[in-house]
Amino acid sequence: MIARLLLALAALFLVAFLLSPESFAALFQPLTKNGAPPIYTQTALLSLTLSHLGLVALAVLASTIVAVGLGVLVTRPAGAEFLPLARVITSVGQTFPPVAVLALAVPAMGFGAGPTLVALFLYGLLPIFENTLTALQNLPPSVTEAARGMGLTRRQRLFQVELPLALPVILAGVRLTAVISLATATIGSTVAARTLGEVIIAGLLSANTAFVVQGGLIVGLIAVLIYEGFQLAESAAARRTGQRLSD
Amino acid sequence: MNDPVRSPDITTSLPPQIRPPKTRSQPGFSRTGLLFLALGVAGLCLPLVQFKANRIVLGEGFLLPAALPDVGWAIALLLALILGTALWQRLPLMPRLGLALLGLAGTVLALGFAAKGLVPQGNTIARAAPAAGFWLLCLTFALMAADALSRMGLSRPARWLALGLSLALIALCLGSGVLDQTSVMVEYAARADLFRRSLGQHLTLAFGSLAMALVVGLPIGIAIFLTPALRRGVLGALNLLQTIPSLALFGIMIPIFGWIAANVPGAAQIGVAGIGIFPALMALFFYALLPVVSNTLVGLTAVDPAVRDAAFGLGLTRRQVLLQAELPLALSVILAAVRIVLVQNIGLAVIAGLIGGGGFGSFVFQGLNQTAMDLILLGALPTIMLALVAGVALDLLVEAVSPKKGNQT
Repeated sequence: MIARLLLALAALFLVAFLLSPESFAALFQPLTKNGAPPIYTQTALLSLTLSHLGLVALAVLASTIVAVGLGVLVTRPAGAEFLPLARVITSVGQTFPPVAVLALAVPAMGFGAGPTLVALFLYGLLPIFENTLTALQNLPPSVTEAARGMGLTRRQRLFQVELPLALPVILAGVRLTAVISLATATIGSTVAARTLGEVIIAGLLSANTAFVVQGGLIVGLIAVLIYEGFQLAESAAARRTGQRLSD
Repeated sequence: MNDPVRSPDITTSLPPQIRPPKTRSQPGFSRTGLLFLALGVAGLCLPLVQFKANRIVLGEGFLLPAALPDVGWAIALLLALILGTALWQRLPLMPRLGLALLGLAGTVLALGFAAKGLVPQGNTIARAAPAAGFWLLCLTFALMAADALSRMGLSRPARWLALGLSLALIALCLGSGVLDQTSVMVEYAARADLFRRSLGQHLTLAFGSLAMALVVGLPIGIAIFLTPALRRGVLGALNLLQTIPSLALFGIMIPIFGWIAANVPGAAQIGVAGIGIFPALMALFFYALLPVVSNTLVGLTAVDPAVRDAAFGLGLTRRQVLLQAELPLALSVILAAVRIVLVQNIGLAVIAGLIGGGGFGSFVFQGLNQTAMDLILLGALPTIMLALVAGVALDLLVEAVSPKKGNQT
């Protein structure tokens, strides 16, 4: 209950701060030195936040579609041959540092939102793929057997039984991807993508702690809200299949 | 017997999508081979090497046959043949691995000699950089090798050996001077000292923060295991710390520790500082705390209550039970946290380059500023290597200390 209340307060603070950053100037004043501005005004914080979120949402959406598709593919008979390879790629790929992936995407794509999008997309594939694989491979055999016994076709089994059952675990993968991408996107502004990292870097360059804190604060709050939102969706998805199974 | 869900009989009743592919009609060729062939042919059709008049301008791409005047066609043909053999499904795994390694070696040698041929003798400004074709071919053959290796189901010692051999091969390849004329190695040669220093800093950042996290995190984990009332608060705080984007956490450390160094007597003497490597070290330390604390808790909680009861029954004190029974049993879970922290911190340490903390990140960000691709690679490639080696080595260690299945009670 208290946690919910705190979350609601955090969301309220975030919205109020983004809509009217100047009214919170007094809050950040103590963090500045030598009369530096307490609030980043180069670009509106709201527009940076929206562009940050847009970038992350696009990347996460693309990774989700591709990763779930691949996860389904390698668990079908036709793609089973790719399973060992897919496992290796996921475990090795997850050790790749996101910053390095971002840096390597620059020469291929030039500066701007492009390399950030590609790096977020590639890096985001792995947790979702891994979770899709885990979920689809650990379905309760009794349920899949029953679905087969009922005479459902392969496609029906996939869409009506396997994917709904796997949904909570898949969503957990998407949550992980979303939270990682949210943080990694801030580094994207070192390659000139328009994200909240711009505020933090401006703070680093001018030794203005107020900028660093407000950039970090916005990203952190959004991360917490997204994390909690996904957890709600996961438990809703789990409840839904639970009810369906007991019918 | 004791765990019916995992008894081996279950595999026979698995739905067809989880059964091994052999039950399906055999296509006669390997589908993964088809993927490798497609990737590899694309790699052969893209430029292997890019010749640039200096390190910043866009260069002119050369395909493999054009890049190596005399033997180029032969090597391209050889690589294509190797890719073709991947299609053959009956090919045993050992030759498959050997061919993949041969392909990898061929690609790397081709790049090295092409670079030697393209850059005029004595010209220190021109650069021959690896291009898309090279990376794609490397990726293809590495995937082929990884696929074969993972199908072999090697034992643990064999996997240690494989890791050691691959490192030795890479060292041989870099040490032999074959690649000396490629752009990344030219950048390296110009900065060999700095590179060594950056490596030292990077390792200090990753391992130093890990050591600090273990020293602080293990007692915290034990404390919240013994006093459950503290769990929510501590884990909540650490979780919150984790949501701060790395860039901001690194940035916030500078003024905080700068202030501490200036105002707390004695702090500056023991190394606390607002500049240099210290703030980066602390930021990594804070990120490392959550995995260490939560895994210590999970590992200790997962200890079989029967073991705990038996230990108490033997007359051991709480302290002895903890040190002699619970912690050793929790070791594999704690080591798993070490793996997470080490891999994550090797990657995050790159950001230290942005706040003057040194490490390979300084090459990466310097390269980004100058749009010098080779410099970015000089920072990013070793970082990836370090993370990969740490990941594989610690996976093997975790496996070694994990309680063997079926061996318990």
